Amino acid sequence: MNWFEFLLRNRGEVLARSVEHIGLVAASMGIALLIGLPLGIALVRRDRAQRWVLSAANIVQTIPSLALFGFLIPVPWIGGVGASTAIVALALYALLPILRNTCTGIAGVDPAVIEAARGMGMTQRQLLWQVQLPLAAPVLLAGIRVATVISIGVATIAAAIGAGGLGVFIFRGVAMVNNQVILAGAIPAALLAVVVDLSLGAFQRSLAQK
Amino acid sequence: MVELSSGLQDGYVLQIRGLTYRLPTGATLVSGLNLNVGRGETLVLLGRSGSGKTTTLKLINRLLEPTQGEILVSGRSTASWDPIRLRRGIGYVIQDSGLFPHWNVERNVALVPKLERWPAKRIRARVIEMLELVGLPPAEFAKRRPSELSGGQKQRVGVARALAADPPILLMDEPFGALDPVTRAELQREFRALATRLEKTIVFVTHDVREALLLGTRIALLDQGRLIGTYSPQEFLDASEPHVRAFAASLQSVEGLDQIQ
Repeated sequence: MNWFEFLLRNRGEVLARSVEHIGLVAASMGIALLIGLPLGIALVRRDRAQRWVLSAANIVQTIPSLALFGFLIPVPWIGGVGASTAIVALALYALLPILRNTCTGIAGVDPAVIEAARGMGMTQRQLLWQVQLPLAAPVLLAGIRVATVISIGVATIAAAIGAGGLGVFIFRGVAMVNNQVILAGAIPAALLAVVVDLSLGAFQRSLAQK
Repeated sequence: MVELSSGLQDGYVLQIRGLTYRLPTGATLVSGLNLNVGRGETLVLLGRSGSGKTTTLKLINRLLEPTQGEILVSGRSTASWDPIRLRRGIGYVIQDSGLFPHWNVERNVALVPKLERWPAKRIRARVIEMLELVGLPPAEFAKRRPSELSGGQKQRVGVARALAADPPILLMDEPFGALDPVTRAELQREFRALATRLEKTIVFVTHDVREALLLGTRIALLDQGRLIGTYSPQEFLDASEPHVRAFAASLQSVEGLDQIQ
């Protein structure tokens, strides 16, 4: 029996785990965007604060993912074993690319455009929504793309703390010393990452062309 | 816009009184400047790089705040204006055009009318009028992106955008500075005709003496943030002050070239 037959025979569980996996990634990306975008926007033109926040996000990024999951388990409210802890950890990982690209994207807008916008009487809010964000959109989206792909990969480790997802197959396969079981988790996860990367990439290019 | 043009007693649309601007580092960019600009007048701020011309312009529309002194627009101190309202009544044209690259020409020109929530029909009519005014046939140019325009066309759109809401005052920061000499001369000629016709109060920044003499009804010469003097174009050519001579000399050196050839 090769891994493909195994996958077909267990398609019910593979599908259920894939849905779980997507759920983990979607929830964590949602949280990361909700925090990262406004925070990134707030940090534009606040150089010192920006350095601090980006360094903090950088440090989070360097913590090995398995360790981060472990660290979060004893934390009250968000911790414990299960999906919610995993979602928090994944959101923390996704934060850096989103924050960094929000800051660099907005900072990269032509200063002449900003000066004209302000000089013609746009309010800060109008400047942000009508000028800075649309012009930063391709860079912003690049950050979201990187963050999502990382999340899909790291989310396989979430199974270690009982969060489910495609990692369940991988850990089970490792325990059973059975490559077919490992591949039943690894291949759908890889496919998922490739599909998301390609489609967000296409969207990004269409934005850049506009 | 109405607010800006009303309330004029002494005839000056723009009055600059004891204007000083100092950076937090202590460097003084503008020092004790006094200037009055009347309705329909084109005042050219002439000076070398770092003479405080652009800073003065930005102090007028409050992109910068004065350290000392004040600026009166329509007899009222800019400090008492809401900066957003003030700026929408002052057209602003800069060297790099600052057109929004993600908007087409029509949307760019419509910027201030749209911010002012004019009805769509009036905006469309106004955009067409403005594009015709600056010599860009609307049928051909309205839907173009700034990236599909030449440097000269961009500056035309920049002027159209600045004029769209019919502001009584226009600030222009070396608007033709980055253009090739032929296009520059063309735009200067057209702009001069436009300025005479529209009766706007214009403050025009340049370091080009020829441009100053061609476009200015009056020339204010700045040096290291201080006003050397204000002159009519003829007075400028006749003046004997060394600062003026230095500038006038740069003009003669070009004329001297004509004699050699």
